[in-house]
Amino acid sequence: MFGDYSIGDLGSIFVMQGFAGLILFSVYVLMALGLAIIFGQMGVINMAHGEFMILGAYVTWLTSNAFQEYLPSLFPGYFFLAMVLAFLASGALGMLVEWGLIRHLYKRPLDTLLATWGLSLILQQAYRSIFGAREVGVELPQWMLGSLKVTDTIEVPINGVFVMCLTVLITVVVAYVLYLSRWGRQVRAVVQNRIMAGAVGINTEKVDRYTFGLGCGIAGVAGSAFTMIGSTGPTSGQLYIVDTFLVVVFGGAASLLGTIASAFSISQTQSTLEFFMSGSMAKVLTLLAVVGILMLRPQGLFALKVRK
Amino acid sequence: MLIGHQPKEFLLAVEALTVSFDGFKAVNNLSFYVEENEIRVIIGPNGAGKTTVLDLICGKTKATSGSIQFRGKELTKLKENEIVQTGVGRKFQTPSVFEDLTVFENLEISFPRGRTVFGSLTFQRDAAVKARVEEVAEMIFLKDRLHTYADQLSHGQKQWLEIGMLLIQDPDLLMLDEPVAGMSVSERAKTAELLNRIIKDRSVLVIEHDMKFVEDIAHKVTVLHQGQILSEGTMEKVKNDPKVIEVYLGH
Amino acid sequence: MIINSRFFNRSELIGFIALAALLFVILPLSLDVFRLNLVAKYLTYAFVAIGLVLCWGYGGILSLGQGVFFGLGGYCMAMFLKLEASSVENTKIQSTPGIPDFMDWNQITALPFFWQPFHSLTLTILLIILVPGLFALIIGTAMFKRRVGGTYFAIITQAVAAILTILIVGQQGYTGGINGMTDLRTLKGWDIRPDHAKVILYFFEVFLLFGCILLAQFIRLTKLGRILVAMREQEDRVRFSGYSVANFKIFAFCMAAVFAAIGGAMFALNVGFMSPSFVGIVPSIEMVIYTAVGGRMSIFGAVWGAMLVNFAKTSLSESFPQLWLFGLGALFIAVVLAFPNGLSGLWADYVQPRIDRLLASRKSKMSNGADSSVAAGAPAE
Repeated sequence: MFGDYSIGDLGSIFVMQGFAGLILFSVYVLMALGLAIIFGQMGVINMAHGEFMILGAYVTWLTSNAFQEYLPSLFPGYFFLAMVLAFLASGALGMLVEWGLIRHLYKRPLDTLLATWGLSLILQQAYRSIFGAREVGVELPQWMLGSLKVTDTIEVPINGVFVMCLTVLITVVVAYVLYLSRWGRQVRAVVQNRIMAGAVGINTEKVDRYTFGLGCGIAGVAGSAFTMIGSTGPTSGQLYIVDTFLVVVFGGAASLLGTIASAFSISQTQSTLEFFMSGSMAKVLTLLAVVGILMLRPQGLFALKVRK
Repeated sequence: MLIGHQPKEFLLAVEALTVSFDGFKAVNNLSFYVEENEIRVIIGPNGAGKTTVLDLICGKTKATSGSIQFRGKELTKLKENEIVQTGVGRKFQTPSVFEDLTVFENLEISFPRGRTVFGSLTFQRDAAVKARVEEVAEMIFLKDRLHTYADQLSHGQKQWLEIGMLLIQDPDLLMLDEPVAGMSVSERAKTAELLNRIIKDRSVLVIEHDMKFVEDIAHKVTVLHQGQILSEGTMEKVKNDPKVIEVYLGH
Repeated sequence: MIINSRFFNRSELIGFIALAALLFVILPLSLDVFRLNLVAKYLTYAFVAIGLVLCWGYGGILSLGQGVFFGLGGYCMAMFLKLEASSVENTKIQSTPGIPDFMDWNQITALPFFWQPFHSLTLTILLIILVPGLFALIIGTAMFKRRVGGTYFAIITQAVAAILTILIVGQQGYTGGINGMTDLRTLKGWDIRPDHAKVILYFFEVFLLFGCILLAQFIRLTKLGRILVAMREQEDRVRFSGYSVANFKIFAFCMAAVFAAIGGAMFALNVGFMSPSFVGIVPSIEMVIYTAVGGRMSIFGAVWGAMLVNFAKTSLSESFPQLWLFGLGALFIAVVLAFPNGLSGLWADYVQPRIDRLLASRKSKMSNGADSSVAAGAPAE
């Protein structure tokens, strides 16, 4: 199988394949971060998470078009504004959804799942009606095109590096917000004991709404980053939702570190397998492995033993 | 126990039982023995590990180390339903009855027959079942409410129903977690009467805070503190133990 | 099985008779063969929905992977029909005659081993039940013995649905890929395509459906049915009453899988093809909505839900394809937020009391009138 390649070629292939895996890893982490907050912290299954991500992607696309049209001189920097707008749009929609739908269903997690699936169908059709059924791609600014030549045989695309840096940045921010800020402490207090948290003066309804909004906002940013490496269609979000849920569950739902570790192992497994077999078989084997491990260890990779 | 001394047959022998949650030892190297037909009450301050001890015996929580022997069988290796089948019954602190089923159906489910999937498919509501359900319903003051859905019952009635569900199992060891908590005064008196009737011919392990109630029923009292035994013996002895007075009875 | 007042209570008996009249008499008399065949297609989902009533409504186990079992049943049936349609004589233009056309297109030269049992109809019928049943047993045992349930179970079953779809689409040489198994022709030499065959198949399916309804009703009425309800509410209490909760969940999940598989097999027979688009995440979750719309606790409701939602889907997506997804999405939300007991709940809350009142007032009128006028002739019962 490796007969045709020299050792050096093989090394380069593995590095580049590993890099492809890192981009997949970034996408998983970005999507899973929002989900880890909503599912891990609140226990809510949001099947429309992918659609919140796609909203961010469409907002980015609109921003890029607007800059091309009205502010071509500032175009190289449009992405930073687009990301903020994506966060705000998805976050605002998330808070609206929490108010209208989710808050009535906190005690019925399985019903939340069905209701948010319904929401995802509505959003998909709305995107199709507004933006058309065809996939749209954004125009990348000049500085993001091309690739970095690391050695003679290894090249990495700049947009991929950019998405990765962005992932690291967002992860750090989320970790800070969740673990070190006062608001993060309130979120965790509500998760651990809702009644007590209310009794010590935390407005649990507000915390719920902002937590859900934050999770959706991060999904929006993920969608925004997603436009750097792929095109966006009304149903793009649905393609990733199961994978993302598996990433979060596999990592142990309440653990941010677990989510990252699980996103890394799943993406690396899949991209490495893709080198040896067809993409679909690689995916089947990866997902099978994840499901198999989850059957043996349902609490996921990182979980604590606690008294129920 | 001395070598050569004929060991007494205990119904329940808990030895060196330990469980730790992330390093915190909720129960620490605990040993105690319950005899046939003994009524043992466990008391102790909050967080002493009382409920955890019951959880360990009935299999709800798995022990980190130590052993629990019931009629010579090692319970730590059995699953919850197998422990029930050896003759251990457990009542929870908050009443847990099936609210979408009637009183009759609640009691019927606890009737010790047809407990496998196939057995429950072929289970017949025959005269023996009906007679037993009615008999128990009478004991728990719910005879005229047999066809009421359990969600219509008061808190006290739910507690009685759960006790009735245990009775119908006819366990050799009955474990009750705060059976009179949250009851009105009249309900409390009725419950004491009920308990006094059902604790005949079986061993009972009770957690209770109501000292008067404890004095009424206990043969022997075990005082837990921080997962360990602080004192054990008759109520009289325990009440006068300075250590007990300091950590528990004193305030 | 004797249908007496104990087996069905009064309103269930009315529901049973109404459904039987509709499916056995009214629809066959009033619809043309094309429409009747559409009803047959809708009813294949009713099997799945009945299984979900037991598993989700009663047992509280939400499976988002019923498409997997529907698909396994359907593919088993389709493989038999495909083999029969791929006789050496029918496929003599292929480079390897006697194997299904899609295998030939994918340069496969011999029938794979797992296709061999599907030469026999008896084995096929057994496998339609056994393959999904065993698969559900494995998943159920792995999950429920480790106390995995609720949302985790839902996500895992959904992942299984995704995996099976990717596998079927990816392995097109063995499965027919994205197009599925098409061009199914005869069952033991009997052509399943002409109109009279479709009518016979419709009646066969309705008979099977009523068999499943009676079986589900039987299970519901045994102590097992009550244990499922008890388990949904207070799992620990059931466990500490001496029952192995996992075994009961596995049973409910396996029953639901087998019902779904029968539906899938009927789909392959009545519709004449099988494809991965009935296996994946989207169809699986739609199957849940049929049950939710009908009423998750109602066996008859499940049948109505499957028929009505599919009828709405056909009529709306023909004329207003955009509206359909909005409508379906709204249906999901409405049924969860506003009508958690679905149509059967609405019936029980609004229609049934009115009928009862009407009957009661007529009865009292009659008994009042009986004294004065003997001509009324009505028994004063």
